[in-house]
Amino acid sequence: MTYVIVGSCIKDDACIEVCPVDCIHPRPGAPDFETTEQLYIDPQVCIDCDACVEACPVDAIFADFELPEKYGYALELNEQFFGEQSTAERTAA
Amino acid sequence: MTRTRPRVAIVGAGPAGAFAAACLLRARGDAEIDLFERLPTPWGLLRGGVAPDHQEIKRLEDAFDRQTLKRGCRFLGNVEVGVDVSHAELMRHYTAVIYATGAQTDKSLGIGGEELPGSWAATEFVAWYNGHPDYRGLQFDLSAKRAVVIGNGNVAADVTRMLTLSAGELERTDVADHALEALRESRIEEVVVLGRRGPAQAAFTSAELRELGHLDGVDIRVDADELDLDAVSRRWLAEQGTFTARKNMELLREFAARPAAAGAGRRIELRFLRSPVQIRGTGKVEAVDVRRNEIVRADDGSLRARALDEDVETIACGLVLRSVGYRAVPLPDVPFDDRSFVLPNERGRVLTPDGEPLHGVYAVGWIKRGPTGILGTNKRDAEETVSSLAEDLKTAELPQPPNPGREQIDALLAERKPDLITVEDWRAINGHELERGRSERRPRVKLASRDELLAAAAVARKR
Repeated sequence: MTYVIVGSCIKDDACIEVCPVDCIHPRPGAPDFETTEQLYIDPQVCIDCDACVEACPVDAIFADFELPEKYGYALELNEQFFGEQSTAERTAA
Repeated sequence: MTRTRPRVAIVGAGPAGAFAAACLLRARGDAEIDLFERLPTPWGLLRGGVAPDHQEIKRLEDAFDRQTLKRGCRFLGNVEVGVDVSHAELMRHYTAVIYATGAQTDKSLGIGGEELPGSWAATEFVAWYNGHPDYRGLQFDLSAKRAVVIGNGNVAADVTRMLTLSAGELERTDVADHALEALRESRIEEVVVLGRRGPAQAAFTSAELRELGHLDGVDIRVDADELDLDAVSRRWLAEQGTFTARKNMELLREFAARPAAAGAGRRIELRFLRSPVQIRGTGKVEAVDVRRNEIVRADDGSLRARALDEDVETIACGLVLRSVGYRAVPLPDVPFDDRSFVLPNERGRVLTPDGEPLHGVYAVGWIKRGPTGILGTNKRDAEETVSSLAEDLKTAELPQPPNPGREQIDALLAERKPDLITVEDWRAINGHELERGRSERRPRVKLASRDELLAAAAVARKR
């Protein structure tokens, strides 16, 4: 499984601070951080701890199997964000 | 060296002020912070801007409360700095003052008819439906069949949703009662949303755009021809386009391909490359004249809209909401950059007209960087300002103010503002609103006038 960030994300970076495997991007300082509308979790890297869920002040992070119906799109969206980014971009921060 | 606790006034209890207070408490646990707010309620646009159907985002207020008021930061509500207490007076009582006053007016379009009754800044509509006490008396005429929203950002998306949500959905939100009543009677069937630039340049987040296409009983219409990108936009999207811009194009193509929904009671129509040139009507708004644009690349590399021809299309409507951006207003006795509409500053240190730091004065949020970014953007912004302040505190560049005692500012405020709202008063107001919400199965029922808010606080004080 993986955790998934949905569209109500406000780019508070509390989740990034607590993520033990650095799977939440873009990070503050990364080239696309200012323009990104939300943060995304890399499902290939996420280790299913729930540190980010606890840290999120607006409850915008869900386990993939508990994703509310209206956020059904979000699993694919998180995957696609990483699919589109080159490794260089992802690790630039 | 004797170390005294720094006393800091933050002016404006919106997200920028709250993030700054939280951040300052983390950086300097000994700081005594007073959070000044013009309204009797804290959290600024989180309460008065974020749309009522986005309750999940409003949960941020719990984090603000936990990280500021519950950690000893004081709330001084219903006090307007510059009116009830001056900048000079604050400087006599505090080691530092951080301005977090946001951007309180809207940009105008600069076209004829903008002042006609029925033509409003979208921000006025937002403040009205969110129960901002200064906007309660506004009367929006929702009797026409069509409304036009000018702008392609998230505020435009919010007001479009609020005009098309069903009464049943609105009743599950904390929309102000006066707005709920008016929106229930609304006869608006169609909302036309105009974007000056093309679909690839629309400033909607894909989350907001997606929502517009998934409203119950609302059809969304996009003309496939308008999604046929010009060469400049196509190249920009491929080479520089953001993930959001590509997602928006995907969503718009999906909307355009949908068959018209049978039985939809309301419609949203997204139109691109259209600029309003005149709002027309006799005594009130009756129509908007629009012209077509094309996208050109400006010398600075940005993509601009330019009028394509002289043809004018007239869109009949009874309501116009203009949503083309916020603008900050100058504060009394503090430098202001009236070209970029911010407090001139370097990393949050407010600068004099000579470019020298104005000792002890800082800025954060929209009044510092302009009205850009989303809620969380203010967190990094606050970190920068607070690190400047913490540095100045450390190097002792900030002298002790002449009246450093908490009781001294309290005496001044007691004289000027006997109806000041404290943290306890706010808790009473908040409890009252949440309790009414519980009894009506709504997240909250807002007290939407100053009198009601002050009365709720006064009742609790007597107990």
